[in-house]
Amino acid sequence: MSQVFSSTPVSDAPALLSVRRLSKRFGSFWALREVDVDIRDGEVVTLFGPNGAGKTTLMRIVAGLGKATGGEIRLSGMVAQANDIAARRLLGFVSHQPLLYPDLTARENLVFFARLYDLPQGTIRAAELLERVGLIHRANQPVRQFSRGMQQRVAIARALLHDPRLLLLDEPYTGLDPAAMDWLTEMLGVLKRQGHTILMTSHDLDRGAAIADRVAILAGGRLVYAADCASLRPGELAEAYVAASHAAAGASA
Amino acid sequence: MSRPPSPAMSDAPEMAVDAPEVFPAPAERWTARPAPAYGPTQYARQVWALVWKDLLAERRTKEILSATLVFGLLVVLIFNFAFDLRRAEMDLIGPGILWVAFIFAGILGLNRSFALEKDRGALEGLMLAPMDRSAIYLGKLISTLIFMSVMELVIVPVYSLLNNQPIRLDLIPVIFMGTLGFVAAGTIFAAIAANTRTREVLLPILLFPILVPVVITAVGATGIVLRGGGEDLGPPLTMLAAFDIVFLVVGMLVFGYVIEE
Repeated sequence: MSQVFSSTPVSDAPALLSVRRLSKRFGSFWALREVDVDIRDGEVVTLFGPNGAGKTTLMRIVAGLGKATGGEIRLSGMVAQANDIAARRLLGFVSHQPLLYPDLTARENLVFFARLYDLPQGTIRAAELLERVGLIHRANQPVRQFSRGMQQRVAIARALLHDPRLLLLDEPYTGLDPAAMDWLTEMLGVLKRQGHTILMTSHDLDRGAAIADRVAILAGGRLVYAADCASLRPGELAEAYVAASHAAAGASA
Repeated sequence: MSRPPSPAMSDAPEMAVDAPEVFPAPAERWTARPAPAYGPTQYARQVWALVWKDLLAERRTKEILSATLVFGLLVVLIFNFAFDLRRAEMDLIGPGILWVAFIFAGILGLNRSFALEKDRGALEGLMLAPMDRSAIYLGKLISTLIFMSVMELVIVPVYSLLNNQPIRLDLIPVIFMGTLGFVAAGTIFAAIAANTRTREVLLPILLFPILVPVVITAVGATGIVLRGGGEDLGPPLTMLAAFDIVFLVVGMLVFGYVIEE
């Protein structure tokens, strides 16, 4: 098992995201303990882990929504904590929640966020993305009327509005029906083929590993496993996941 | 920026979706487009975008204006029917009635405004945007100020009509400055209360003690105007301006910390 998640890069490109000794404590509970992550430009990395492993905490801290207790995050070489506005420009984040205004239409939501990102021609960009996620025909309906899957599509469009260098997807399959899951897998495949850099968390081993270049397992706030997908033998990831889950459950008992 | 395909990529199943131009290749994206510098112009555009969003949502739902207007009018009507006051007594009590209506209705508006931000994590969507978080504070402050001003524009004439008083235009600076102080402090505390389960109860408990000097000064200044006796309005207006500046500066400085976890 690897403690450092930077040992097997798929290219020699410099790290786009570099996380060093990242820790987070809530009261006396350590949600993250000295986690190291390197992700290079164009890589797709999926992070697995049982509930309470610290996946969402890690994603939220990288996205700038939470403060770390210790450690450092570098994005494209700059310290993210010290350059938060510039760092946020490089990131797109899809959360459990859609992070949208339910009383605004899908188009209004995207135009609003385009304005916050100071994008020129935000209206055109919003229409392009709604077309891309297959919701242009529902563009003028309030998001409140959308299903969970449709809200997730708008959320992905929102995250891609400013063409981020690193796309963070926190359990994007949660709450989706099979058709919506298939759509999302296809969309992530397109983004990967175009060279987008993606860090995703998931409970779904098959879907999460299908598009990843590397996978890792977080348990009890520590990175306990990391592997290059090309070198994974059949069943290895599932075995590692079960072992990590049992170890985490044993530690918390 | 392009990278050689990894073995893992070659093993990935073929996807049915074509690669569209909407998601350009990284090389196209990042060699041709330097990150714009963050400055006052962008800040002002972001504040305006936040105000535009609140006005648009309110035009659709009418939740904040309807709640604050109905509540404010009810307060004025109830006081009017509860007390049978002569003109001299009305000059003493009237300013208090007006400000009770403004502030209680304003609390409703603030609570509703931040409840909408928390719904489906929208506030976190704002926090992800590349902007100084004081812009969120200013945007919320301006939109709440607009909603409260509309409510006051209805309540003051109704109050004047019920009490056979002329509508006095010199009330405008007093009400504006008192409302600005209320909203400047209220926006901070509404953001704090929004993170709790008991936000409707917590907001007035947190906010009212802080507002005491603003309310006392605003009621005094409103009384001077309503009595129309030529008393000097300068000192209370100066005090209101000082409170407004203090609350605004503190709000802009602390709002980022308040909305973080």
